[in-house]
Amino acid sequence: MDASPDIVGATATTPASYTVVNKRWEFNGTATLHLARACEKDSWSPAAPGQFAMLYALGVGEAAISFSGLPETPGRYVVTVRRAGAISDALTRLKRGDGLGLRGPFGVGWPLDSVKNKDVVVVAGGLGLAPLRPIIEYLAHDRGVANSVSVLYGARSPDAILFERDLSRWRNDAGMNVRVTVDAAASAWRGDVGLVTTLIPEIEFRPKNSVALICGPEIMMRFAAEAMEDAGLPQKAIWLSMERNMKCAVGFCGHCQFGSYFICKNGPIFSYDRIRDTLLVREL
Amino acid sequence: MKSIEELIANHPFLEGVNDAFLKEMAGCARNAAFDEDTYLIRESQDADQFFLIRNGSVALESYAPGRGALVFGTVKENDFLGVSWLTPPYRWQFDGRAKESVHAVAFDAKCLRGKCEANPAIGYELMKRFVPALMRRLKAARIQMMDVYGGPTDGGVLESAE
Repeated sequence: MDASPDIVGATATTPASYTVVNKRWEFNGTATLHLARACEKDSWSPAAPGQFAMLYALGVGEAAISFSGLPETPGRYVVTVRRAGAISDALTRLKRGDGLGLRGPFGVGWPLDSVKNKDVVVVAGGLGLAPLRPIIEYLAHDRGVANSVSVLYGARSPDAILFERDLSRWRNDAGMNVRVTVDAAASAWRGDVGLVTTLIPEIEFRPKNSVALICGPEIMMRFAAEAMEDAGLPQKAIWLSMERNMKCAVGFCGHCQFGSYFICKNGPIFSYDRIRDTLLVREL
Repeated sequence: MKSIEELIANHPFLEGVNDAFLKEMAGCARNAAFDEDTYLIRESQDADQFFLIRNGSVALESYAPGRGALVFGTVKENDFLGVSWLTPPYRWQFDGRAKESVHAVAFDAKCLRGKCEANPAIGYELMKRFVPALMRRLKAARIQMMDVYGGPTDGGVLESAE
């Protein structure tokens, strides 16, 4: 990959040039990339937790990727990418010093105002922990924001657990109630095995004074949102991060239309009351 | 020290069962404790008991040659362990291993089935608790079968970690 891509003059529809300054394999096929703006003159905006960027793998194509970390240094972003197709494959193959294009940040993030003084229940599945990581870090950094924070995380297997060190830190240093479960494991695994929603009855929260933040595969989010509603949370206190095939990222092209919403512009974060019925519509 | 009747009356699984039925059921129950890594149930053996887990957790496993024991579920405190005692041939389908020290109430399955035959109202009370729990477990198992999370790529080009 060319280390000096010829991309200048970034706008919402034109990528800016970025360089991979650090890369960490989370596990096979999934990597976290630390990106730095290549040209100081290109505009840069801080991202909010839950927002996403369009990453351009040079010569391959663009993909929407949520921010998995929010560095304070201007000109920097952090993303976590899982190899799932040609574009994400090219992105995960990037090495330190390689270049790529980036548009963004885009979209509506997690509701930071809504978590204040609440019992926050974070429910994540698989790579869905990545878009939640920035708001968990925000809550970990200032433990006074929320009344309590529980992080429930489900993964396919013990070797597919994302951000293991962060999960430990949130549990041990930030005082969060962090619970991890996997779908299947060898007998050496000492943790829980089962669906992530089975952890919900085991945590303490005040249903009428709680907020649920959910991200993962859509089928898992549907069941998790239903479980949180069954636990007594109103639909408007349940927030989901939606994913569709985003192209323009600014609400023009219509690729990510979801009922009356464009996920790129009106989302990707939605309260459950706004999208519950649409979630049940097939082929959307 | 609490009596068996008190222990089962306080267990969430039997919440709402009337005192007379609890007394009948307590006649089939005993206290049980298991050390870490000991088995409460073993695949293919007689399903002659049913457990209410008071504390600790149990890994549900099945052995696969060349892969060892595979854990597909966890039963934790306030839940129950054992369904195979309800229907013939009354044989455990999987292993149940204590992941840590486990305290439970163990019911003699034959005794309890006898109580249900003699007084179907007891059986109905139990079914009202087993069926929703089994529905929850079936739903969870079905979602787990879908393998929705994905994970490390299987096969393909392996890239070395930096």
